[in-house]
Amino acid sequence: MAEYMLELKGITKTFPGVKALDNVYFKLKPGEIHALMGENGAGKSTFIKVITGVHPADEGELYFNGQRVDIKNPTDAKRMGIAAIYQHVTCYPDLSVTENIFMGHEKIQKRTKRILWNDMHTAAEGLLKELGAGFSPKTLMGSLSVAQQQIVEIAKALSVDAKIIIMDEPTAALTKRESEDLYRIAEGLRDKGAAIIFISHRFEDMYRLASRVTVFRDSRYIGTWNVDEITNNDLIIAMVGREITQLFPKKEAQIGEELLRVEGLGRTGYFADVSFTLRRGEILGLTGLVGAGRTEVCQSLFGIERSDKGKVFLNGQEVNIRKPDDAMRKGMGYLPEDRQKQGLVLQWSIGRNITLSSLKKVSGKGVLNLEKEANLAKSLAEKMNVKAKSIFDLAGSLSGGNQQKVVFAKLLTTDVEVIILDEPTKGVDVGAKSAIYEIISDLACQGYGILMVSSEMPEIIGMCDRVAVMREGRITALLERHSITQEAILQAAMADERPLQQQY
Amino acid sequence: MEPRIVTNKQPFSYKRFFLQWEWMLVLLFLAITVMNMNLSEFYWDYENLRDATMGFLDKAFIVLPMVFVIILADIDISVASIVALSSVIMADLFNRGVPLELAMIICLVVGTVCGWINGMLIVKYKELSSVIITLSTMIIYRGIAYMILEDQAAGSFPDWFSYLGWGYVGSIPFILIVFTVFAVLFSLLLHKTVFGRQLYAMGNNTTAARFSGIRVDRIKVIVFTLAGLMAAVTALFLTSRMGSTRPNIAMGYELDVIAMVVLGGISTAGGKGRMIGAILAVFLIGFLRYGLGLVNVQAQILLIIIGVLLIAAVAVPQLKRSNRLTRNT
Repeated sequence: MAEYMLELKGITKTFPGVKALDNVYFKLKPGEIHALMGENGAGKSTFIKVITGVHPADEGELYFNGQRVDIKNPTDAKRMGIAAIYQHVTCYPDLSVTENIFMGHEKIQKRTKRILWNDMHTAAEGLLKELGAGFSPKTLMGSLSVAQQQIVEIAKALSVDAKIIIMDEPTAALTKRESEDLYRIAEGLRDKGAAIIFISHRFEDMYRLASRVTVFRDSRYIGTWNVDEITNNDLIIAMVGREITQLFPKKEAQIGEELLRVEGLGRTGYFADVSFTLRRGEILGLTGLVGAGRTEVCQSLFGIERSDKGKVFLNGQEVNIRKPDDAMRKGMGYLPEDRQKQGLVLQWSIGRNITLSSLKKVSGKGVLNLEKEANLAKSLAEKMNVKAKSIFDLAGSLSGGNQQKVVFAKLLTTDVEVIILDEPTKGVDVGAKSAIYEIISDLACQGYGILMVSSEMPEIIGMCDRVAVMREGRITALLERHSITQEAILQAAMADERPLQQQY
Repeated sequence: MEPRIVTNKQPFSYKRFFLQWEWMLVLLFLAITVMNMNLSEFYWDYENLRDATMGFLDKAFIVLPMVFVIILADIDISVASIVALSSVIMADLFNRGVPLELAMIICLVVGTVCGWINGMLIVKYKELSSVIITLSTMIIYRGIAYMILEDQAAGSFPDWFSYLGWGYVGSIPFILIVFTVFAVLFSLLLHKTVFGRQLYAMGNNTTAARFSGIRVDRIKVIVFTLAGLMAAVTALFLTSRMGSTRPNIAMGYELDVIAMVVLGGISTAGGKGRMIGAILAVFLIGFLRYGLGLVNVQAQILLIIIGVLLIAAVAVPQLKRSNRLTRNT
């Protein structure tokens, strides 16, 4: 048997405009639990997709038990015994556990093509017993808890005789005790000879389970260490250690009076006890890992979802915001995370998109004044430096950065003072990023209060006056400008606390 | 210097102007006219054509708000049942001694309320599609109509009531005048107002519309309420034309109406199409039916022709997408 069960050499994967994996190396020994860590967007998900054949690699070599292989599609991966268990379980909630386990490889009597239900139930029961699960294989998948569903997913991996099992943040939605059960199952699988790639944001998971850890950063391979030979601090530096360049044209803005105050805002199951203030001219960062509840907080403030606890004050007055229209009337605008789905009507021209939020301004008694509309759209498109021939170009034909500028233009047609930006540079190339930072900085100078959600450490550090860090639905740290460092942010984002679910 | 946006006026393009679905309808319209003239010598006659419109314009009132509904990528199949319910309630109240003027107003109110209920249910239960909800209310509204009249006819209205469906102003049918007024109003509402722009935005991308501060639920309720109101207007004219009413009145109208809207180039995917297309489709199908009726073509054959036209309406823009024959917004 070869020394390594799976070996990746120089794997590169490019999506239009983005290098998602850049010359990545990875070695997996048989019978080991290998942790894979990195920030959001470090390339972990793409890495899994390459191994499982969802996105075949563009360049590089893959070795399985010492043999050169190509994984071109999920079937190839399955044949080699590679199975992935995802954070969000992908199951059929209305089917039984047995059906979920054997989906796609049902036991069938050869001649009559009849499904052998009894055989399948017996086999499923055996697998579940092996994993120490206390439920019957005839239970409906949808009636199980997330932890139990994860066990079913593991059983599914076992049913195809998986030799390499990838677990993508399996503990993210689990309580401490459930995690403990999962650790035991993972160890049991390891002892039987399976190799496990364990992806997690929790240092705790890694220390408890893994013998080796590999770190990715910015789509690149950083290194592999033995877990007992690396300190917490070294690991954090490995994950974030990059230079912060002068990409950020942050100008000093006059910071004025308080515009927005949030007190004890909460939404059951999503976030709790969120409090902060935002002043005129200030850029307040809101960061944390994906799923920490940042977007949920913003959408509650903007009236997309309703919060059920806490108070919001705008300009010192308590406001009750039930829908986006209320928020905009009271002076708060939102630039959504997904500009294609939430920000733009792609089939429409730039001009129509820009005026969509403020049609009242370009109409009299409900009747549109097309000339006024065109003028408003043109002036804002120029102000935001949208690169297009005319305001009649389709929004869908623009590049990501230009689309984002159109969404900014739309936001600025409204009379808002507080602007919430949700990942304003997501999926935007470097040049356009810098242009967007300039817009944000200018807006702060003009006296807008800006709340900026971002997962990108450099832009948080480069742009923000203060940073609130969220973890599992709570604000775990509020850092002033001079104390904003990558280490401080990561520490707060990953600080070990009990998950929110346990408290409800 | 960065490149600037050069123009805020859209240049005129012959290509864009002529590659519109509505020209296709105009061509079809001419073809049908020529065909009908060859089929029957009685077709090309002002009075005949004029009177023919009186026979098919009753349901056209529902076509107008149905354009809004389908632009929202929804559908309302309860409209015919609303016609029946509001018509039956009007006739029943009149037969019980309520003055006809008051009963007519109640008819409009009943239709409006039925439409509003549809809208509220659709907004409230977002996980259910509008097909399912209006299918349910379609059965319920028709069922109530049957409970009230128990398969009897009601009517014996005063003479002046028949003016709605049969009367003329000068030499122009009254119903044609009323329809023209409504058609102009609905066209303006759709194409010239903030409300219309917001409809198209919702039809193309409801999420983006919502994030842009558009009150999407309210607009949806208004649109379905309008459909109910216009169904009641149809009830007035149709009852007048028939002279009496039954619970099974206007059976199958919802399909006729939807067919006209789709043929008019309003995409069931939402966000595309224009009012003029639907109005052209009303006359197209109306005159086709009239012409074939003159030469005693079976009704079933007519249905087949309409079916083929519908498939063409859906397929042609698909085939020609690369040539930009698009149904304009």
